[in-house]
Amino acid sequence: MMARRCLLKRVLSLAMAGMAFTLLLAAGARAEDAAAPAPAAAADGIVVKIENFTFNPAVLTVKPGTTVTFLNADDIPHSVVETDKKFKSKPLDTGNKFSMTFADAGEISYYCGFHSHMTGKIIVKP
Amino acid sequence: MSHHDDDQAANGHTRRHALECMLWAGTGVLWTMAAGVPVSRGLLGTAQAAETTGFSFLQISDSHIGFAKPANPHADATLKEAIGKVKAMPGKPAFMLHTGDITHLSKPAEFDTAAQLIGESGLDVHYVPGEHDLVDEGEGKAYLERYGKNTKGAGWYAFDQAGVHFVGLVNVVGLKAGGMGSLGAEQLAWLADDLKTKSDSTPIVVFAHIPLYALYPQWGWGTDDGDQALAMLKRFGSVTVLNGHIHQLMQKVEGNVTFHTARSTAFPQPEPGKAPSPGPMLVPAEKLRGLLGVRNVVYMPGQASLAVTDTALADAS
Repeated sequence: MMARRCLLKRVLSLAMAGMAFTLLLAAGARAEDAAAPAPAAAADGIVVKIENFTFNPAVLTVKPGTTVTFLNADDIPHSVVETDKKFKSKPLDTGNKFSMTFADAGEISYYCGFHSHMTGKIIVKP
Repeated sequence: MSHHDDDQAANGHTRRHALECMLWAGTGVLWTMAAGVPVSRGLLGTAQAAETTGFSFLQISDSHIGFAKPANPHADATLKEAIGKVKAMPGKPAFMLHTGDITHLSKPAEFDTAAQLIGESGLDVHYVPGEHDLVDEGEGKAYLERYGKNTKGAGWYAFDQAGVHFVGLVNVVGLKAGGMGSLGAEQLAWLADDLKTKSDSTPIVVFAHIPLYALYPQWGWGTDDGDQALAMLKRFGSVTVLNGHIHQLMQKVEGNVTFHTARSTAFPQPEPGKAPSPGPMLVPAEKLRGLLGVRNVVYMPGQASLAVTDTALADAS
């Protein structure tokens, strides 16, 4: 009973300080770690892996005509949306892919339609 | 009995001990905010509140129906448990708020399941969408067809309940690359117009999916133009802002404005900065229901702050 009271006091004092009621979170592990997707096939061309809420690599340089495949390796959906919405993928659930072929030279900026703070760039040059 | 210190002075440690035991037992302690300091309102919690002439309402959030990853393979079952908690609440709540991410992928079957499970509560439910509710082909058409009646724009609206003005905002539309949540100029203009006729003494409750202030911008947990909305709310004596999105309890007080983020009914997320990224957090199965839950809010006339009680699924009803 004493142990419980001590925990209660900690919870109460944290709450009073206006902090999160999240003591029990400490033991948490990342869900993504448990569900690693299969390696992308060579047919996907160059792969941008979406993991831990980042596009990896965030900046990718390719030659014109290259197909780039985006693969979501997170346990939450993401999507790929060109900054001016010139193209966008469907929602990509865990393990889903989206491919685009970049024919012309230029810079293409994109973000995640769910989590707009996630951004990336494809640089296409000969 | 409205102040913690008074309780101690009058009743000494006995009352405090009982209060702690009640909290441990999960019976629920009513927290109110007075001058920025949370104080417990007394032993009887919601039962006591129900005897006043005020009213109570509930909040659930982030039910993510369709989610079935290891962090919670049964998001439908935990929503059902949450609704069980709702039905067990003492007194009759006036209504329930759902602060978004009803579904995981905006699929018709997900909306159907959510509607069926939430309908079991028997309560009127006022919704705002999360980003997961607007990813159908029509980019929000499916949501608006179901929940857009009597709303403006992407689904924002206001209503009144016993002298309290409720405003449901949508901050998951028109997101910009590199940005966070967004309200947009049209909605902000509507909000300014909506608040124009309200007196400073009108209690205001604002609810939206993403936090309106920059809670943790590194993870996108905030609203780019939220400050503009908050500036409009500054003149009011009592403002309560309720949201979801981050799947954990957080509280902040700024002047007369109190912010409360809610637990999810589906899965927890890490504390800000305590993991490489946000996202579903896998916890031991026996810990999950301590991190999911529902919220009860009590309004009592004459009290500047609303009393907010969060109940985890693991807590005794």
